Amino acid sequence: MSVLVDADTRVVVQGITGHQGTVHTRQMKLFGTRVVAGTTPGKGGTEVEGVPVYDSVREAVGATGANASCIFVPAPFARDAYLEAVDAGIRTSVIVTEHIPFHDMLSMYHYGLSRGSRIIGPNCPGIASPGKAKVGIIPNVVFRPGRVGVISRSGTLTYEIVSGIKEHGLGQSTCVGLGGDPVIGTSFVDALPWFEKDSDTDVIVLVGEIGGTAEEDAAQAIRSQVTKPVVAYVAGRSAPPGKRMGHAGAIIARGKGTAESKVAALRAAGATVATFPYEIPELVATQLKALEHR
Amino acid sequence: MVKLAEWMGKGIFRKHGIPTPVGVVVRSAEEAEAATRTGRVPLPCVVKAQVLAGGRGKGGAVQFANTPAEAALATRSILALEFKGEKVREVLLEQKVSILREFYLSFALDRSLRMPILMASAQGGVEVESVPEEAILRIPIHPFVGLAGYERRQVIRLFGLSGPAAKSLDDLLDRAWGVFQSEDAELVEINPLGLVGSGVIALDAKVVIEDDAAFRHPEYSEVRDDRTPLEEIAREKGIAFVQLDGNIGVIANGAGLTMATLDVLAEFGGRPGVFLDLGGTDDPGKVTEAFLLMAKAMPRAVFLNIFGGVTRCDTVATGLVEAMKQVPASERFPLVARIRGNNEAEGVAILKSAGVTSLSDLKESVQATVRAAEVPVEAPRGTVA
Repeated sequence: MSVLVDADTRVVVQGITGHQGTVHTRQMKLFGTRVVAGTTPGKGGTEVEGVPVYDSVREAVGATGANASCIFVPAPFARDAYLEAVDAGIRTSVIVTEHIPFHDMLSMYHYGLSRGSRIIGPNCPGIASPGKAKVGIIPNVVFRPGRVGVISRSGTLTYEIVSGIKEHGLGQSTCVGLGGDPVIGTSFVDALPWFEKDSDTDVIVLVGEIGGTAEEDAAQAIRSQVTKPVVAYVAGRSAPPGKRMGHAGAIIARGKGTAESKVAALRAAGATVATFPYEIPELVATQLKALEHR
Repeated sequence: MVKLAEWMGKGIFRKHGIPTPVGVVVRSAEEAEAATRTGRVPLPCVVKAQVLAGGRGKGGAVQFANTPAEAALATRSILALEFKGEKVREVLLEQKVSILREFYLSFALDRSLRMPILMASAQGGVEVESVPEEAILRIPIHPFVGLAGYERRQVIRLFGLSGPAAKSLDDLLDRAWGVFQSEDAELVEINPLGLVGSGVIALDAKVVIEDDAAFRHPEYSEVRDDRTPLEEIAREKGIAFVQLDGNIGVIANGAGLTMATLDVLAEFGGRPGVFLDLGGTDDPGKVTEAFLLMAKAMPRAVFLNIFGGVTRCDTVATGLVEAMKQVPASERFPLVARIRGNNEAEGVAILKSAGVTSLSDLKESVQATVRAAEVPVEAPRGTVA
């Protein structure tokens, strides 16, 4: 078992003929992912990295049985690309594209929800389960199969932490980067129960950052739905208070959103909270040992 | 985010049929005198500084005028103001209206719910943070459905309005929701919303447009913002660059890694002076420009912390080596590098050929950076690792 992706995941890359689409198609294939199709309107009939290209997602799904998509198309067209995937029957889409207007994401999210489709991202590194499949752009070198599940709001910080887990002699079950945008398709609250249920995951690492209330919401979910040990880290303790959003934004949160508030909420929910990213592997190892002795 | 001044926000309101007081924006005392003398702005009028900071009423940034001469005088004195660090460039002259009651109204995004949210309070005209939680009505709005009639009636009931006033609020709510959606706003705030005669009217306007939607709104591309000159150059080049008051420069990629790097730096006694987030790039030229920009900020030491995903390590190394050739001797700084991820071996080799060693341990790299920043400034500035 793994989370969201497995050896049966068949990926269609939307925007495969673009530079990033091509580069990461190669990397996903090297990881062992079954990349079965690509799409770019007007480029149907060609090939990229040995993968057949179609004009539409519907054609790609019909010809190859693709069941997940990885979206690299530029922000102004990302909404359309996702709606097309949903209507073609794709049930999981990783959206790597950054700078998608949140108003677009609102309609994408709610449309997907109504059709039983799940977005990871946008502006995210995607999801990977070592030895099975990767949908997204996380560097292949950081992975090693293991029992640690990783859920993160960040991109490069995820690589740093996942890599640290590997260098410590441990490995990962599934790693998912949720993306840092104001509106994301999958939140900590959505992803935590998947890892709780996943028989390949023993310890969950949660990587958060300041802003919004995602970590406070996650703490609530840990309290009520998670029995596995959680090791958490919140980036931005020292960050200067940024250019603040308008008053209305501030009052939605009402005192939440600071590193202190997030750390306190996670601790109160029973998570072990690391002060620095490089402490995480040791804390995870301690939790794994404790499980062995149980 | 693009924060619009009050007069621009009110311009958008009028375009969408939301009532505002009769007003004109001016940039000189002469214009103010003319606008009031010709009756374009009826007297008596309010004279308001067009700055983004709040609390204008207490700071002399809002004045009143009964004659064209007074309007000119008030405009002159407000244009001479620097309000909370912001120079006043524009003044809004508006007909003075007699306000019966003041309310609060806003549309914003609720990230947890992934829905826009309408917030309303019968206590308007004060900072909304000071309004008790239970006095604020919150209505999440499903983007496919919009603001329903029964939801608008909840606001009407909260404000205790009836008859024509209720009808006018009902209409305004619908239009304000339209502004939030069609202008790609992340915030539409009307505080205060005034009851004037038998109708409601927007007495202030705070509209913030989302940056990422800028491609749909070229009309806001000229809106000035409160950035430093270097921050402005960085913005044009697509580099996130923030100046702080320390002396160490940090170049990283990705917001999370940048923040984590700053956290570790602070822990070991370093004071970040500039941080620069390269984001994802495959253009060595952008990396070179980032370094040249960093040099202009004159840091005492720079820590480069890159984990390549979209960005390749060799791209960063190539850009960095080019920058080292171009940085004038007077702007050179000690550098500590840590590059990892895609094409790591190639990147490390390129750096090595230019005499820069890439460290792998985060803690060690940060400590090396802090030490380098402590070297007295008289000492020769060169590249260390």
